[in-house]
Amino acid sequence: MLHEPANNSGQIDPAAPYKSRLGLALFGLYATFYAAFVAINLLAPGLMELPLFWGINFAVVYGFVLIIAALILAVIYDALCRTQEAKTPSTSAKDTQAWS
Amino acid sequence: MVLTIFLAFVVFIVGLSVYLGRQTKTSSGYYAAGGQIHWVVNGIAFAGDYLSAASFLGICGMIATQGYDGFLYSIGYLAGWVVALFVIAEPLRRMGRYTFADAIDAPFSSPGIQLAAAISTLVVSLCYLIPQMVGAGVLVEPLLGLPHHWGVIMVGGIVMIIVATAGMASTTYVQFLKGGLLIIFSLVLVVAVCWRGLSTAPDQGGTVPFYRHRTMAARIQDKTIVVTEQPGWQLLETQSTAAGDRFALLQHDGLATWWRIDTGPDGTTSVRETECVVKPKSGSTRLINGNPESPDNTIRQVGSLASLRGESNASTGPISPVGLIAAIGDPATKVTRWRESKFSTESGDAVTVYHPSESDGARLLRPGMRFKVQGTWLERLDFVSLMLALFLGTAALPHILIRYYTVPGASEARKSTIVAIGAIGTFYVLTLFMGLGAMTSGVLNPADSNMAAPLLARSFGNLLFAVISAIAFATVLGTVSGLVVAASGAVAHDLADRYLNLGLSDSTKILLGKTAALGVGTIGIALGIMFKGMNVTFLVGLAFAVAASANLPAIIMILFWPRVTATGVIASIIIGMVSSLGLIALSPDMWGMYGLLPSAAPVPFSNPGIVSIPLSFITLVIVSLLSKSRKPLTD
Repeated sequence: MLHEPANNSGQIDPAAPYKSRLGLALFGLYATFYAAFVAINLLAPGLMELPLFWGINFAVVYGFVLIIAALILAVIYDALCRTQEAKTPSTSAKDTQAWS
Repeated sequence: MVLTIFLAFVVFIVGLSVYLGRQTKTSSGYYAAGGQIHWVVNGIAFAGDYLSAASFLGICGMIATQGYDGFLYSIGYLAGWVVALFVIAEPLRRMGRYTFADAIDAPFSSPGIQLAAAISTLVVSLCYLIPQMVGAGVLVEPLLGLPHHWGVIMVGGIVMIIVATAGMASTTYVQFLKGGLLIIFSLVLVVAVCWRGLSTAPDQGGTVPFYRHRTMAARIQDKTIVVTEQPGWQLLETQSTAAGDRFALLQHDGLATWWRIDTGPDGTTSVRETECVVKPKSGSTRLINGNPESPDNTIRQVGSLASLRGESNASTGPISPVGLIAAIGDPATKVTRWRESKFSTESGDAVTVYHPSESDGARLLRPGMRFKVQGTWLERLDFVSLMLALFLGTAALPHILIRYYTVPGASEARKSTIVAIGAIGTFYVLTLFMGLGAMTSGVLNPADSNMAAPLLARSFGNLLFAVISAIAFATVLGTVSGLVVAASGAVAHDLADRYLNLGLSDSTKILLGKTAALGVGTIGIALGIMFKGMNVTFLVGLAFAVAASANLPAIIMILFWPRVTATGVIASIIIGMVSSLGLIALSPDMWGMYGLLPSAAPVPFSNPGIVSIPLSFITLVIVSLLSKSRKPLTD
């Protein structure tokens, strides 16, 4: 049994290429946003101290936005994946075969 | 009451594990809970796995002592989930079996990959295990009054029972429970911090009088210090440190204590009271602030605002979370932070001095206190290296990767990751408030930043302290359980069953896994005792770097580069693992741990990722191009 896939129905997920492309695109978007955070800290650290609103500085706002953006992008990704999976219901059924 | 609540919680956790363990009959149940965990439960369990001692104890402690630099870990840890979700989760779930080694070996069936991946899993799990064990020791000291090493042994013992009786199903439900409770009670703690507000004389809700450390005017006369502000002080000795701090041993009314010598910009001299610990050369009882250590004479809790919006005697009353950050980050707010210095006296006694200095609140709320973003290019490189390792490390942690196999399918893996991001993100936002609360509430133990969050909870009463400590202890238990399951899987499944091809039966494989769990747990206990005192989130950051260097290049390239070969994967894992471990072993922080001067370390930065991760990628590409075998496609 240990030389079998953990949980694989043998079906090919036709939405997989779409999801893979989408995942890479969203990853690229977030990675750019993250890299900008690192770059600002290195190139213009004083900017991070700048108060933006309600007395909260740029560093805290950027940090919170990085955390919240991850969740927002994740929800968007899931919604688009579900839509794509719904378009191909016959072949994208989830692999539910019991463990062998 | 504290002890009762704590023990009741631990007994419940172990009981739940034993109950679930009776239902685990197969190796698929032991290593992956039969692949039948609901994605919501798995998502919160992900959070439980991930929000380890490093997150709760280490990040809060680092924010409390280093400000925003601790929050960088929160940002980086969460960002790592983006890599896991968008790049790794579904493809890995589709190709995987039980373990990380199974997943990357799926296209090749290469014994070399099985061996390299199994060793990598063991090494990363052990690296991650160390901070969890250190965290366990931290928790039991204030809670049960036991020495650090007993906490480590307790956790190791309980985890061995949990893992030996259950496996992944037990770990999953323990993590689900713990992850949920951790987020709920962290929220309670943040509400309590905001309700109490900020004060320049924090007294823990009236329960612990605030102690204001003294500063006395002095003058230097014939190379000695003379206290001019108050008579009766006699100078016994002065010492200097490599960092340039000078200290004076002053005696008054027969009590000798260490004071820091400060020279102002106008040339005036003063001495500032410290918290000092003297370990006599004779081996007799340690002296705390001049008197023998006892339950009634310990290091004082510290951490406060020196001024609040320019006022040296002020308080806010209840304050909103936004108001709390704004008040601390106000340009006129000053925070008293504590540093550690060590030196020996003329008679050979070992002295550790914790001494205060004021920092601008605004400066604390942006990076730079620990990671010198305005320092030399090497110091800046260290910052980039950390952020890179945190971003890429999550998706390469074996105990996180195996959780993708506990759900029925690839889409469930995706959905459980999203639940995890929501839960973990919520917690990481809370860490900033908990850390800042600990920084300013007079609750910090200057000798151990890891205790910030539990001690903050204790300042609100024993009930919250007991509950938070029990959850934190369960956090350690759960994470260590997950790590031990991952490591035992590497030994029993990857090494014994796959690599050595011993043809083990299902029951023998489970038995071997449990035996391996005992071995890994024992090693974890020993390492947890060795690394006492180091910030646990810093240690986890290093584990991330090792994982990102050894595992991630192989995973990414197998998924996205068709020319990858088995030889390339093996070389990448070995180079990534050896280079990251080697750079860590030669880093300034480890040099300090060896008792050597950190500035003399051969490697000038502490976070190896910036070198070892690209090196691992480059190795994989070059070796793959030079070797001819071609991987088959899996799906």
